[in-house]
Amino acid sequence: MATQQIDQFARTLAPDTKAAVYDGSKKGHEKRTQVLFDHLPDANWLRQIAGEIKQHVVENLDAYLPQVEAKLQANGVKVHWAATAGAANEAVLAIMRARNATRIVKAKTMVSEETELAHFLERNGIECLETDLGEFIVQIDHDHPSHIVKPIIHKNRREIATSFEKNGLGAYNDDPETITRRARQFLRGKYLAADVGLTGANFISAESGRLVLVTNEGNSRFCLAATKCHIAMVGIEKLVPHDRDLGLFLNLLARSATAQQLTVYTEFISGPKSATQPDGPDEMHVIFVDNGRTNVLASECRDILRCIRCGACLNVCPVYRQASGHAYRSVYPGPVGAVLSPLLAGERFSELADLPKASSLCGACNEVCPVNIPIPDLLLRLREKGKREGAPLAAAGTPPMGAWAVLASQPTAWKAALFGGKLINFLPTKLLPIPPLRAWEAKRTLPEWRGGNFRKWLKERPKK
Amino acid sequence: MSTDRETILSCVHSALAPLTQRAALPDWTTELVVMRQARGAVDAWTLFAERLRGVNGTPLTRVAELVALLEKNSWRHGYCDPVLWPQLAPSFPATFKVETVFDRTRVDDYQFGITHASAAIAETGTLALTDRDTSSRLAALAPWVHVAVMTQDKIFLDLPQALAALPADPNIVWCTGPSKTADVEGILIEGVHGPGLQVALLLG
Repeated sequence: MATQQIDQFARTLAPDTKAAVYDGSKKGHEKRTQVLFDHLPDANWLRQIAGEIKQHVVENLDAYLPQVEAKLQANGVKVHWAATAGAANEAVLAIMRARNATRIVKAKTMVSEETELAHFLERNGIECLETDLGEFIVQIDHDHPSHIVKPIIHKNRREIATSFEKNGLGAYNDDPETITRRARQFLRGKYLAADVGLTGANFISAESGRLVLVTNEGNSRFCLAATKCHIAMVGIEKLVPHDRDLGLFLNLLARSATAQQLTVYTEFISGPKSATQPDGPDEMHVIFVDNGRTNVLASECRDILRCIRCGACLNVCPVYRQASGHAYRSVYPGPVGAVLSPLLAGERFSELADLPKASSLCGACNEVCPVNIPIPDLLLRLREKGKREGAPLAAAGTPPMGAWAVLASQPTAWKAALFGGKLINFLPTKLLPIPPLRAWEAKRTLPEWRGGNFRKWLKERPKK
Repeated sequence: MSTDRETILSCVHSALAPLTQRAALPDWTTELVVMRQARGAVDAWTLFAERLRGVNGTPLTRVAELVALLEKNSWRHGYCDPVLWPQLAPSFPATFKVETVFDRTRVDDYQFGITHASAAIAETGTLALTDRDTSSRLAALAPWVHVAVMTQDKIFLDLPQALAALPADPNIVWCTGPSKTADVEGILIEGVHGPGLQVALLLG
């Protein structure tokens, strides 16, 4: 039987990588659960409320977007809009050109991964450096992140030490502390020499226009302390209605992502630096990026726009743990990626139509989601979309259901099959020369056939 | 300049137009997000200090303790907010070299930076820095040790209280312990880009 691409990829994973991804995600999930329920009296209720708030925002973006734009402008921020990835990148480049800027340091932002900003800027002669340790390692390795929160979950210290050595960051040393110190030393020079600091946004409050950034390393703080211009690339769905809502989201985000009560640094940025402050940007830009989001909004899967990018669904997913992030062939891996990536792909949906099938629909992703996204339901909707649009990948690795469809639509055939089914109890099915059945039965036992009981009951039930 | 703006907003409008009903904004009480560990706290500083230690931060109540800590590690060159220095200087021995202007061309010369904290949050052990009260963003970030000087009356018990009182400042930074990462094999390393040691010094 033909298998899905994701299975094929998982089979090629090195044992080391597989173990790293499995252990990392499992540990992340266990710590999250412990901290969430140890700290908060009713964590499950919280994530339901948070989900309702985000759903409200998503369904009222037509009101919230102009509101937040006006707020930002009143705070002294220049607001830009980019319908496509290309437009977003061009907007960054235009701001840089206007300042004669040639060097940019960037904090972690998923939307810039979508637009492949770093490559774009480098092609245009601009030095663009990732400053999150994991993202920096991905960049010098010409690799891709394999997890939303832990970009190098798939790498071990020996691989990292090798690439540091190759990139002139000291002789081979695989001690994690040494690796971190070397990155600290190298990158602080880069921050101080950079013209522009680029960040994303975890949230923007529509009420105050405050842009909220969370990092553990302090890299986004450094970007906003050392440079003179701040550009934030923000997906249009990143809004929350009020500042007070951040109490809910910050609590849930840190615990869901990294099992922390609060991420080490939470920054509330509402404009260029104060006049009395010697350090920091005197110019601030926010670029609102669509890049497929309004298509998602128009679809039946708009609930996925609630996502706050915590990675909890990756950590808990049995498929992600076995396959790792690169198996998803897109910026967003795991259950959230299986929904979001094919949708954001727009006209190229069919190229990723197999991703919604990379799930046993066990529902764990929904249970851990801090905004309670019904991911299994959305996966089913996308499977149906794939079928409806005849995407070949949507059928890959699926047993043909044609015979079943004939049976289920004709009562006489169904009855005959029910009767015939009884024979299975007496047949040595393990010996039948049907390879898929034999493979299946090698590790399992068929249950006893009990078909027809319902019909019998219906026929014989006492009638009034 | 606004063609993309019009495009996006009109796409948003047409995407939402078919919805007969929109999800309402739910009501919720901030009680829900107060940590169990913070309920019924008597003294804000005691809770703050306990929670700060929990994230590997260092709460201190006397300048002499700070000086001893710096001496022990031979961290004698640093920066101090010019407003704070006159008050602290008498406690520092002459072997210390403390500057009141942060020179960004030699960030690695400074082993410590002493600045004001605007507020603190007890339940999480968090220090709040702002543009108004922090004399230099870099001085509070680049040195290995950051000392945030705070007063008892600025401690909020929990996160919702601190959010409700966010000042009108363009750059508010909540710091909860030292800078850290677990990117390499999930192993915790402190002092990535920011301070490896976060001190809260209670004065007055």
